This record gives sequence, C-alpha cells and structure tokens, in this order.
Amino acid sequence: MSVDQATVRRIARLARIAVTDEEVPHLMGELNAMLSFVEQLDEVDVTGVEPMTSVTPMAMKKRTDVVTDGGYPETVVANAPMTEDHYFLVPKVVE
Amino acid sequence: MTDLTHMTLADARDALKAKKISSLELTEAHLTAMEAARPLGTYVLETPDHARAMAKASDEKIAKGDAGALEGIPLGIKDLYATKGVRTTACSNILANFVPEYESTVSSQLWRDGAVMLGKLSNDEFAMGSSNESSAFGPVVSPWTPPNWSADKAQSALAGDKKGLLVPGGSSGGSASAVAAGLCLGATATDTGGSIRQPAAFTGTAGIKPTYGRCSRWGIVAFASSLDQAGPIARTVRDTAIMLRSMAGHDPKDTTSVDRAVPDYEAAIGRSVKGMKIGIPKEYRVEGMSAEIDALWTKGADMLRAAGAEIVEISLPHTKYALPAYYIVAPAEASSNLARYDGVRYGVRVAGKDITDMYEKTRAAGFGPEVRRRIMIGTYVLSAGYYDAYYVRAQQIRTLIKQDFEKAYAAGVDAVLTPATPSPAFGIGEKSGADPVEMYLNDVFTVTVNMAGLPGLAVPAGLSAEGLPLGLQLIGRPFDEETLFSLGEVIEQAAGRTRLPTRWWA
Repeated sequence: MSVDQATVRRIARLARIAVTDEEVPHLMGELNAMLSFVEQLDEVDVTGVEPMTSVTPMAMKKRTDVVTDGGYPETVVANAPMTEDHYFLVPKVVE
Repeated sequence: MTDLTHMTLADARDALKAKKISSLELTEAHLTAMEAARPLGTYVLETPDHARAMAKASDEKIAKGDAGALEGIPLGIKDLYATKGVRTTACSNILANFVPEYESTVSSQLWRDGAVMLGKLSNDEFAMGSSNESSAFGPVVSPWTPPNWSADKAQSALAGDKKGLLVPGGSSGGSASAVAAGLCLGATATDTGGSIRQPAAFTGTAGIKPTYGRCSRWGIVAFASSLDQAGPIARTVRDTAIMLRSMAGHDPKDTTSVDRAVPDYEAAIGRSVKGMKIGIPKEYRVEGMSAEIDALWTKGADMLRAAGAEIVEISLPHTKYALPAYYIVAPAEASSNLARYDGVRYGVRVAGKDITDMYEKTRAAGFGPEVRRRIMIGTYVLSAGYYDAYYVRAQQIRTLIKQDFEKAYAAGVDAVLTPATPSPAFGIGEKSGADPVEMYLNDVFTVTVNMAGLPGLAVPAGLSAEGLPLGLQLIGRPFDEETLFSLGEVIEQAAGRTRLPTRWWA
C-alpha cells in the first residue's frame, strides 16, 4: 500500500500537524518508504495468532477508586503557556 | 585530576567509602571536564550548583557512616527523565521551557541512594533516532575519532559543521558519549528499540535494557509505552549492575512495573557460567553485516566456551520481521503518547486563528522532522480501515517473536549471544538521506528484545581493525538480568577493558 498527496494531507490533519504545500511530496516519499519497508509483514501467516496486549504476563493492577492526589492547582498549571485563575486558556471554542 | 574522571563507578565508590577521595573533589573534577567538553554537545544542561550541594551532603553522610549505595557518585541524567525544578525537554523544541514539578521514580531512587546529579544529557528528540542527530540542541559527537583522523583534524571539524566526526549512536547518545568521554561515572538512559545498547556498542561502554516492568516508567517522557524501559550506561558491566540495583523496583505509580524483589545484581559479577547453555541464533547472520562483526561474534562465543559455557545454534525464525513490526507498533504508540503536546497544558504554543489552527501550528513548529514523520505513520496505521491490516498484524507478529524466544528458553537455553549492531559507528550526516529506513537498520539486532520484553546487555568486546569500539549483546530470560551480568563480565574480562578515548577535544 502507498499513500498519495491527498492522504498525506488527511493524515497531517488527523495528527494535528500543519504541513505546507512544499512539504507534502517530500513527506509522501518518506511515508511510502516506511510503508514499503513494512510490506514484508504480509508474508507471515498470522492465522489464529493472538495479538500481543501485554508483553509481561501479569494481571492488571487495580486500586480503590478514591482521590489519592491533588489540591495544588498552582503546580498543575505552572508550565501552561496561558492561564487565568488556575484555568488553562485556549482560543474560543464555543460561540 | 584526569584520573578522577576516568575511574570506574565501582572504584570511585570504594575510594569514597575509604575516604581516599571526597565526593566534592570527584564532582568538581567532572564539572571541569564537562566545561572543556562542551563542543561535544553531550550535556544540554549543566547543574553545577545542584551537583556541589548534593556532593557536600554526600560527604557529610559518608563522614557520619550513613552512606547509601551510590553515595557521592556523579551521574548524568538523560533529558527524557523529569527532574524536579530542572528543565526537562526530551530534546524537543515543543518542551523547550518545561520545568517539571515532579521527579521521575527512577531518578528519585538514584538520589535516595546518594548519587549526585551533574546535569541533563542529550538524546534524539523524544528518543526517536539511532544517531543523536535529531536532538533539538544539535548532534552529539562521539569522543572516538574517525579512523586515521588526527586530533587537529577532529578539532577543526568540531569547531565547524561536525561533518565526518562519529555519531555516538542513539537515542541515548548523550549518555553514552558522556560516559566514554569521562564526563560522568554513569548515566541513565532509556531503550525502546535499542537506544541503550546501540550507543553503548558505538562508544565502547556497557548498557543494559532490563526486562519490561523492571524499572518504573513514571516521570520518563513516553515514546512507545509497551516498549520503553529505563536502564543505565556505564564503563563496565559491574558499574551497570550497581546502577540497576538502585534504578529497579516496583512503583505503584506505573501499573506495568512489576512487584518483584530487586536482587543484588553486583553479586552476579564473577559468578561461574560453567554449564550454561548459550544460544547463537542463525537468523542474526544478516546480509550486509561486516565480516569484522561476524568474527567478533565467534570470538565472543569462544570466550564463553572457554569459561565453561555450552554454545548451541538456535533458530528464532521471526527475527527479520521484528524491525518492520516495530515500525508499526512504536509509531502507533508514539502518535497516541505525543497527542498531549498541544500547546495547552505545558510546552510551547504558537497562536492560531482557532483552536485547531493553534494545535496544528504548535505541533508543526515544535516537533522535528523525524518525530513528525513517526507521528504521521502512527496516525495512518491506526486510522479507520488500516488498523487491522497494520496494527493488529504487527501485534500478532510480536506474539510470534516472543514465542521464538520462549521456545529457545524452554529447550534449556540460558541466554542468547548476538552482535549489538551490524557495524561500528558511522559519521555525522552520513545516514540522513531521503530513506529513513537506512537509519532504522541500525536496530536490527536490538529491536527483537523490546518486542519480546526481554532483558538485553551490550558489552564492549573489542576494537575494529580501524580502532573503533564493537559490542556484543546478551539476551536473557525475563527478569534474569543476573545471568547477563555473569556472562557479560566473562566477555569483558576476556576481551580486556576498552580504553577510554584520548581527550582530543580539550
């Protein structure tokens, strides 16, 4: 399988990465090089093989569903580019 | 003072304990060496004040007879580890201004045991790379000079565009380079597809990727969560064993960290390997592997045989599919993990006309080309209509790769011996052509280990005819790092300690 320019733009949109018109052909070449590299996986017979979900066989650890952390909003927003009153600020989303 | 920075971690520890040296003088010697080595680009942030304060505290503890296992030992920390109050960037522009409010579990355990932080070490951006050329801070230079280069030639290249000088490997290139150049006694690193073992092999240092779950991933910038594992790079196998004991252990904050006692890994050094069965997988004899690497591999097997181990040929039939399957699984997980860098909660933001535009501009400006490429391929293989064909198939192949190893271990094999890399280190700028796959092939021997969650140790095993370091890899059973340390020590002793490169940069 290989991707065309329209697909590259669609993937970039899904990944939320802006791409310029000049970058598209270049990216297409690189993505297609990767896709042709992984094509050899098609020759493996995977009938009845369980897809791996956990590399170490262990039961998922669980804990009681209670609050164990928090109460320090200054720390939480300390690295945010824009904040106000302990809220993260973003461009207007709802009219 | 140079000898203080050329000690092994074990020797420094013993000298500190015997009060022959102080942590402060050991730390000062390293800070001085770091300053002179700035053009190598190993440290992206030096923390001298921090280091001196920690060293003084260590000296007081040693005086009181209250020393921890790593008391007073100066270490470098890969910039992927969150360090409280100390800028942590993952060597990406998108995190250029990030100062964590918390400490990673693994580094906190090193400080608990008395280690001293010298600074933060460069890596490929978000640990994506095999040469440390994708760091936002620029490439890291290996302290090893290219074959037949004079110190003058290397110095002028270092002052210029650095082309032709050797890469230290990646992604933990800053860690490996700093250890080899005498800029720390040991360094933390991480390994998703070979990022500890390949740079260790390129720089004549030792490095272990422990079993998945052995070290906590909490507070380490995530790349591909089902493959990422923390581990040390140091000058000797013994030094990595000492560091791993402090780094490993259960952490309730990482659900994939395993609740198992941490053995005294150092005690495994010098243990007999007599009667151990070592597998030589025939599928690792790949096309394009240098004759020198092949000869080194045979030599390594001979060293283990001479120590009483039994060498057997084994088959790991799905080996060749590990790398392509990795380039589906790792980017898929990366595209998901890196979705968090959106310019809202931390990191750099680029303004846009609406929120989507802001996200897109922030991510286009903040991520370098390799990271963008991997996020996009990951987004593609997870997208509707392609998920089963790519992602599910890759995870099925991962099961087959793991079963290959399980069959070998069930047949009585204690560990597997392979080369660590298909070639010695290459030059800066040499593999940055149009085809990204050329760079990926560096990890052909290491990536299987991450796919199967196993421990893997890279041991320096000698120099090439041209004088460059070469490494061998030992792969173990899950949670049997001790066997790797015993076997690694045998190879290290038989091969002779790799000398440290001369300080041509200073």
